Parts: sequence; structure tokens; C-alpha cells
Amino acid sequence: MHRSYLFIPGNHPAMLQNADIFGADAIIFDLEDAVSINEKDSARQLIKAFFETLQKPKFSIYVRINGLNSSLGSIDLNMVMNEIVEGIVLPKATVSDIKMLSKLLDTFENARRIKKKTVIIPIIETAKAVFEIGQIAQLPRVSALLLGAEDLTGDMEIERTKQGIEIEYPRAKIAFACKAFEIEAIDTPFTDVTDDEGLEKDALHAKSLGMNAKCAIHPNQIEIINKTFTPTMVAIDEALRIVKADEEAQKVHRGVFSLNGKMVDKPVVDRAKKLLIKAKHFGMVEDIDEK
Amino acid sequence: MKIGIAGSLESNDCLVTIKESETLSIKVQSIVDAFYHDQIVAFIESVLADVNHDKVDVTVIDKGALNYTIKARLLTALHRMEVSHA
Repeated sequence: MHRSYLFIPGNHPAMLQNADIFGADAIIFDLEDAVSINEKDSARQLIKAFFETLQKPKFSIYVRINGLNSSLGSIDLNMVMNEIVEGIVLPKATVSDIKMLSKLLDTFENARRIKKKTVIIPIIETAKAVFEIGQIAQLPRVSALLLGAEDLTGDMEIERTKQGIEIEYPRAKIAFACKAFEIEAIDTPFTDVTDDEGLEKDALHAKSLGMNAKCAIHPNQIEIINKTFTPTMVAIDEALRIVKADEEAQKVHRGVFSLNGKMVDKPVVDRAKKLLIKAKHFGMVEDIDEK
Repeated sequence: MKIGIAGSLESNDCLVTIKESETLSIKVQSIVDAFYHDQIVAFIESVLADVNHDKVDVTVIDKGALNYTIKARLLTALHRMEVSHA
């Protein structure tokens, strides 16, 4: 369960070595767009050497490799595949690319005796991928879908705006697919790194559609993103009251009851329990019964 | 002569130049020369020994790189030297 995913350019030593102080739940080390074609080899070596120094990092580690439509993607994998890597972020993902990546991961995991299954986060950034979202979300290893709005609007030949009306459909479609198949829905980055108010508004809107995390392209964006995707104390207190009242109602075999003038039934209780699980994960509440 | 260059002069990075040579030569110019010159040279020697390269001329201009960065830049420069046709 993550709230924030920070992209860090793979060939930038100063950012790599500060990775653990930014406060992101996950970091995506980027070998794709943030690295020029002439520096791919250098970035791979740097990330590989950096990973060898890491011991129990406070964040989850992901690597955005280059696409599998050239040899760059498999060369990236060969260099960075390591027990410490939680997952691979795949650009311009399609169903066939994800299946191919999964086979490559099988090979590397077997050859390197990596015990855990490396997950895949496909970036939904083509019209074709939006069309295939339902299939993509069900594929083995896929742990989340990430919306890539810049490339997607480019593919659609439409203007990318701060208001984001043009990405309403893919945002909602990703949120529904992720919920249906119990994986994470990661929202696209907000590209104006100087506009905190705009970022907060954008993140809140994504959350209201069902996204449960957002990408950052600058460390300064992490605090707002984490705050947005963390349950508020008001919501937690309300959820605790609902769960407690439900426990009392169960004792007298009542499925529906009233709390502060509002009807509470199973869907409301389930929602409160889900919120408390999230709150517990982020250290906002102590032990709760997750049944 | 074959030559390989990697890295940059940005903060926390280093610029490594490696040339084919008859002997091993290492020159380091660092912003932390006064305190760590010998350690940096020793670290470069250990990286080169690990990959069996003892006949190269290495020049490192260091802007405060940590060991993992120096190692990565050395290995990239070595690889670029090997594939260069200059």
C-alpha cells in the first residue's frame, strides 16, 4: 500500500543518495525518459552500484525500464534485477508487452535465485492500453496501474490541461479496473512543480475518483501527496465510532442502526473498516480487528 | 588509442577518463583531496583489480562522489574504452 511514487532520474547521483530522505513511500528509478540515449549505459551502472549499497531502505524500490520494443528494455533488466527491486515499471504497456516482461522476469528470477516475485506496474499511456485496461489489470504480476497522462494525451492528439477534463475517462477507468482486481491505482504526475495549490486540487480530484496513490516528479510534491492519500483524523475518528457501534449492534443481532442521526448498514461499516486498515498501515491508529 | 569517458562535473558526481596504457596510472583531483585522496586512489585500485584491469591510465575529477558513484563511472568508462575505436 503506497501513497506516493517519486520518479528519480537514474543518472543523477545527488538524487539517488538522498532517496531515503524525501519521504516517498516508493521510488521509481528512471532509465527511460529521464536518461538520454547516450547515457543509458552510465545510468544502469549507477543504479546497479547504488542498489548494492542499500540495506533495508525505508521506501519500496521500482525501476522504470525502457520499452520492450527495442533491446534497451531487456538490457536494463539484466543490469538492475536484484532482490531489492520490488517491481518494474513498464512504459507504453500493452497486454503482449506485459506477458513478454513477465517471461523475462521468470528467467532472471530463476537465474539469479531471486525468491520473491517481482511485480509489474504498467504505465497506461496509449489509447490502446486504455482500451485494454480490463485485461491488463488481471495479468499475473501486475500490482498497480499508473496513468501516464502526458504521453496519453499526445497519443490522443489532444491538449493536456491543468484541469484534466481530457483524462477524466482513463482516470475513472483505471480506478474501476484496479478496484475490481484489487490492485493499486496510481495517478499521473502533476507537472507544474511550483503550483502546490494546483497539486493538492489535482490529487484530491484523483482520490475522489478512486485513485489511491499519485506520482511525483519533484521531492517537494511528496508531502502534499502523502497528506492527500492518508485518511484524516476526522475520518478515522468517525470510522472508529462506526465500527464500535457496529460491534454493539451485532451483540443484539441488528444489521442496521442509527449513529448521530445517520443510517449505518454493512456497506458503511465495510468502508469504515477499509479506512481503518489504511490508517493502521500508515501508523495513524493502533491495532484494529481487520475482520 | 582507446579512451572511455563517463560521469560529469556536477555535485556528488565525478568525471572519469580512462585510456589504454602500458602501466597502471591513477590521477585524482577531488574537492575532498586533503582528507580522502589516498582512500579514493585505493578504492579505484580495488575496483580495477576486481575487473582485472591493470594497464590503464585513469584520471578522476571528483566533485564529492560517494564510492558507488566512483565505481559506476569507472566501470562505464572502462566499457566505453573497450568498445571505442578512436
